[in-house]
This record gives sequence, C-alpha cells and structure tokens, in this order.
Amino acid sequence: MSNSRQAEASSPWRAPILLIILIALFLAEGSFRNAMFSGSWNTALAILNMGLISAIMALGVNMQWGYAGLFNAGVVGFLALGSLAPVLVSLPPVQGAWTAGGPRVLLALLVGLGTLVLAAQVWRRMTGPLRLLAMLAVLIVGFVIYRRLFDPAVMAIEANNAAAAGNIGGLGLPVLLSWPVGALFAAAAAWGIGKVALGLRSDYLAIATLGIGEIIVAVMRNEEWLSRGVKNVSGIPRPVPYELDLQSDPGFVARAAEWGLDPATASGIWVKLLYAGLFGAVLLVLILMAELALKSPWGRMMRAIRDNETAAEAMGKHVTRRHLQIFIIGSAVIGLAGAMMTTLDGLLAPNSFNPLRYTFLIWVMVVVGGSGNNWGAVLGAILIWFLWIKAEVWGPELMRLVTMPLPEGALRDHLLGGAPHMRFIALGLLLLLVLRFAPRGLVPER
Amino acid sequence: MDILNAIVAILNFVVIPAAAYGAQLALGALGVTLIYGILRFSNFAHGDTMALGTALVILVTWGLQAMGISLTPLPTALLALPIGIALTSLFVLGTDRVVYRFYRKKRSEPIILVMASVGVMFIMNGLTRLIIGVDEIRFDDGARFLISVQDFRAWTGLAEGLSLRVSQALTLVVTALACWALFRFLSRSRSGKAMRAYSDNEDLALLSGIDPERVVRLTWIIATALAVTAGTLYGLDKSFKAFNYFQILLPIFAAAIVGGLGSPLGAVAGGFIVAFSEVAVTYPWKKIATYLGFEPQGMLQLLSTEYKFAVSFVILIVVLLFRPTGLFRGKSV
Repeated sequence: MSNSRQAEASSPWRAPILLIILIALFLAEGSFRNAMFSGSWNTALAILNMGLISAIMALGVNMQWGYAGLFNAGVVGFLALGSLAPVLVSLPPVQGAWTAGGPRVLLALLVGLGTLVLAAQVWRRMTGPLRLLAMLAVLIVGFVIYRRLFDPAVMAIEANNAAAAGNIGGLGLPVLLSWPVGALFAAAAAWGIGKVALGLRSDYLAIATLGIGEIIVAVMRNEEWLSRGVKNVSGIPRPVPYELDLQSDPGFVARAAEWGLDPATASGIWVKLLYAGLFGAVLLVLILMAELALKSPWGRMMRAIRDNETAAEAMGKHVTRRHLQIFIIGSAVIGLAGAMMTTLDGLLAPNSFNPLRYTFLIWVMVVVGGSGNNWGAVLGAILIWFLWIKAEVWGPELMRLVTMPLPEGALRDHLLGGAPHMRFIALGLLLLLVLRFAPRGLVPER
Repeated sequence: MDILNAIVAILNFVVIPAAAYGAQLALGALGVTLIYGILRFSNFAHGDTMALGTALVILVTWGLQAMGISLTPLPTALLALPIGIALTSLFVLGTDRVVYRFYRKKRSEPIILVMASVGVMFIMNGLTRLIIGVDEIRFDDGARFLISVQDFRAWTGLAEGLSLRVSQALTLVVTALACWALFRFLSRSRSGKAMRAYSDNEDLALLSGIDPERVVRLTWIIATALAVTAGTLYGLDKSFKAFNYFQILLPIFAAAIVGGLGSPLGAVAGGFIVAFSEVAVTYPWKKIATYLGFEPQGMLQLLSTEYKFAVSFVILIVVLLFRPTGLFRGKSV
C-alpha cells in the first residue's frame, strides 16, 4: 500500500464526524421503535458492549497490519486462546479432576514441548546425513511417550462427572485477572508462531496464520478436558453484579422506580452500563498507549520498516525482530479481547469460533475504518459491528419492501426466508466500496 | 490370506477415500494456483466460487430431473455441470470487471487484491445462502456403487470388503481428464503458452504482444471451471452444504502452498499429499495391525478425526519451514 499511504492530507474532521454518526445511531437504536430501530436501551447497550470488544480486536489487528504490514489471518485463533483464560483462571476447580489426571497432563505437555525443543536443537546442532533421521527419531520417541502419558490422563479427567464437568476447571481467582492472562496466552502463542512463520512473505504468511488459527480452534473444540468442547463452559464469574440480585435489592428497585423504569429493564441496563464502563476504560487505555507508541521513535521506526523494509534494514534495523515484537503485542491485544468476550458472555462456546465472523469481519472493520489509524480502526469496528447486527433486521425489512410487487408464492417466500443472509452481501459490498473509493479507509492514517 | 485382507482394508479405508478427496483438493488447488500465477494474489473467494457453482449445478440438476432427463447410471449433475460452469464463469468474469480490474490497472499491492477477494467472498457466500439456503442437500442420483462390499466378499471370499462408490470413481476419472486437458492446453496451445509467459514475466509478455486482458479472462474461466467441477464432485461424494466449502478452502490453500503457489504440477501433488496425510493420520490402524499379526492395545490412531483440517496445516507449516515457497518452488510476490 506504499503508493497510497502517504497520500494527500485528509480532513481532520473525519474521525469526529464518524463518531457523531455512531453516537446518533446508538441514540436512535435506544430511543426510536420502528422498522429500523428496536427502541430498547438494553439492545443498544448490548450492541455497544460487543462493539467495544470488537474495537479492541480491531486495534490489535491494526497494530500488526497498520503499523507493520503483517497480514495475520489467524485472528480467531488468538481470540480463542484469550477466551480460554477466564475458564482456567476464574472458574472453581472441578472436584476430583485434578487428582484424576492433572499432574500427568502437565507432565505430558512438558514432554511434548521438550520433544519439540530437543528436535529443534538436534536439527540445529547436527550436520551430515544422520541429521534428518536423528530429528525424526526424537520426534517419534517423544510423541509415543507423550501419548502414553497424555491419553489415560485425559480419559480420567473427561470421565470425571462427564455430564456436568469433564474438564479440569480453573483456579478460582478473580475474573478480571484473567484478562491480562488471556493476553499472555495469546502473546506466548504469537511468540512461537512468529518464530516459525514471520520469515514468510505476504500471502504465505497469511495462509500459514490462517492455518494456525484453525489448528488452535480445532484444539479448543476437541480437547474436552480443557474447554469442554461442544459442551461449552458456562457460569463464568462476573466482575459486575447479577441482574437477579439487583432485582431483589430494595434500594435498587426504589431507584429504578424513581427513573420510571421497571426493575427488570433497569437491572439489565445497569449491568450493561457497568460492562460498557469497564470495556471503555480498557479501550481508552489501549488507544492512549498505542497513540503514544506510534508517536514515539519506536512508532516511526515501525512505519519506516513497513513502508520500505530494505531501506530500514540498510539503516541497521532488525526487521524480523521488530516484526516479531509487533506480532506479539498485536496478538496479546486480540487475546485480551477474547478474555473480555468470554467474561461478557459468561460462556465459552468453542464451536462458535468461526473465521468468517472472527477473522474476516475484524479485517473488514480495520480496512473500512482506516488501517494505520487507531481511531479509524476503533470507530470502524463499532460501526461495522452495529451494521452486522442490524443487517439481520434490515435485510428482511428491505426484502419485504422489494418483494412487495411480487405475487404471493414460493419465490417470494424463498426470498423472504433467505433475507437474513443479506448481511454477508451487505458487508461484502461495503468492503468493496470502501476499498474502491476510500482505499485508506473512512478515517485514514495521517 | 490375512495380508490380502490387510491390503483390501487399506484400499477401502485409506487409499480410495484419500484418492477421491485428493483429486477434489487438486482440482481446487489448481484454480488457486492459476489465479496466483497470473493475477498474483491468493483468492479467498475460491471456496465460495465452488459453493456458488455447485449451488447452480444443483438447481440445473433439479430442473433436468423435473423435465425427466437423467443420465442413469451416472448422476444427472454431470449433465448440469457445463451449464453451471458457464453461469458461474459469467458471474466471476463480472466480478473481475467490476472489482479486480481496477486494482490491476492501478497496479495495487497484492494485499489489496486479497482484501477485495475477501469482499467478493462475503458477497458470494451470501448469494449462495440466498439462492439455495443453508440446509444439507444430497443430489447424487443414479447408481450408488460400482463395487459394493457384499459383492466384493462374494466374489473373493475375503473377510474384508471393498467398496467403490460411483462418485469416487467419477471423481478420479474426471480429475484425470481435467488435468490431462489442462496440462496439454498449457504446454501445447497458443493461449496456454501466452498464459505461462504472462505468469513468468508480465512485462516481457506484454512486449511480445500478448493481450493481458485475454489472458486474465482465460485464467478466470479455467479456474472457475476447475472450481465448479471440484465443488460438484465434492458435493456428490459427501453432500452439499453452503458452509462446507469455506472449510474445504483451507486444505485447498494448504495443497496449493505445499506444492508451491503458481505451480500447477505442485498443486496436484499438494492435493494428494494433503489428502493422504489427513486420512492416514486420522485412520485407526488397529484393524490392519491385527491382520498383520500385531495385537495392539489402543486404536493406533495418531489423531482423532476432528483434527483432519489441522493435519493439512501442520504439513503446510512443516513444508514451509524447510522450503519457504513450497515443494515445487512456487512464486512469491
């Protein structure tokens, strides 16, 4: 994109205008009840909360792509890793699971890791014709030992109270602690992946990360001892009060009545507002840090590397090391968003990690918002999330309007039935239009 | 006799399914690799081109069946395939005209084209769902089996049976024909040579009077034909589900990259490497070991079947570690 990055200066008003449009959309969603808006503050705030989390994901992708030009197509994998953290950190331990096989699983994982390290060392240190054979021997022996340790332990854990648990549970620590832990999980994975994949060129890197993302999601779906797989983990603790507790609290009911709201609606709104405050605070801190970093010498160096790798290398910058650094930081931000998402849902559903939704939609957010610009990515994320949710309502409405002249019958029913899928077409069209007419996004890089 | 039984079991559970699946991947990967070679970007919309094409083939098949036309013992979809290819090609040429040509003329970075293909992927995905819905559709009519397990047992008297479904045999035959035609086209015909020249060195090809737009159009048509064929064969073999084709895009990319992007021979090799490894790694070898006289305790399954897609990427990463542009030394932008 070097030909378009440093293009003519754009209007400084674009970000504020987009912000005002977003605020107007959310206000309309909360206050008007008609064919387009629900008129429910609960709905508006629910969209906003997930929008804020999407904004953090977009911020992470923007760090990798916007600052450094790395095409990470495995966003869903880092998100999934981060979303595992609340389960492992804040759920209480499952009775009997740890004694059934906990230490043995840990030992097996250590053996697996040790095998990989040993194989890498053998490959690096040895020369001559036996090199490949020696590495293969290490891998095969290591794999057999690993499976010998791992399989019985997993069976024992999964057999333990299989209907209600079957997983290892967590440490029972406060859930807010799991957010940085989620970031750490993703960062650790990014370190390993970056070591392997960052030497690859653009498309090869994209597809390698796409594949790694799929591998991580496959592990989450199938390792029931860890994530319960398709059985989902529910009941993850909350950092905010429960609606039911609020509704039975006389002080809260009285205050709700003062505002002229019934306790059920008021408790929903209050909980969502608390979440929005938490997420908004995290988002603001991240943006502040990202902006400061981008304005520092480090940020200038990153953009110099992005715009001309060869020149930066000639100036003595270690390009691969910088790429690894930004890959880890961006992935950590995505992992943080994953942990926040599980906390918001109170549920870990490994089956829901779908690349269309959690990789490509995030990419649409960054590209539409304006890659390289933190505010652009964040505003783009909230806008796209709003449209993604509302397209499910607007699609059928539009279809009803379009099919008005058609006679009642099979074709009309078919079109009306398929209308919810319009959101894909709408988002695709939006992406193509932005790429064509505003290739640097709605809020371009300055 | 036990060795014979073991061989039959390997054929039945590993070789035949992997060969059919590998052929489908190879056809898909050929399309991805051609587009990468000529247009120089990874087309994320390829999986949804397969889905849209297959959906159109199914619609035409239903139309033909309603008119009472069938191709028994072969599936009617084979008759509908050329029409499906033509319709999908028109759509794909339309997307080139409306979307990709602009960036090609501007000589945008490949990553912009990849992004645009993500946009096209979303649109095609939505269209497919709109046209045919999200339900699972079976559209294989005609005979089911070329060789059935019972017949095979009766003929040979072996304990282990062998089955060969019509869809599997058809996949292999059609793939062989398509590869033969494609390689012949690329090596013998004027247009094929122009395509190869354009892929090797764009500027030199332009100097020697090759019309780039013609080359690009041909590439889209061939890639679409391969994609719709692969999609239809996959749908006949398993079943049609709109979302499955995004899933199969991942091993197709893996196959194209393992072989080396831009290398047609690599794409075919990659398809079979990926398919055979997937099946071999997720197949429980216990039965075969038992025939050979070992009595294993476990199932001798390296990974559970759910990890099928993960296997293709492990291969991909291992290959890229040692050969950063694939086995057949593909291109890199």
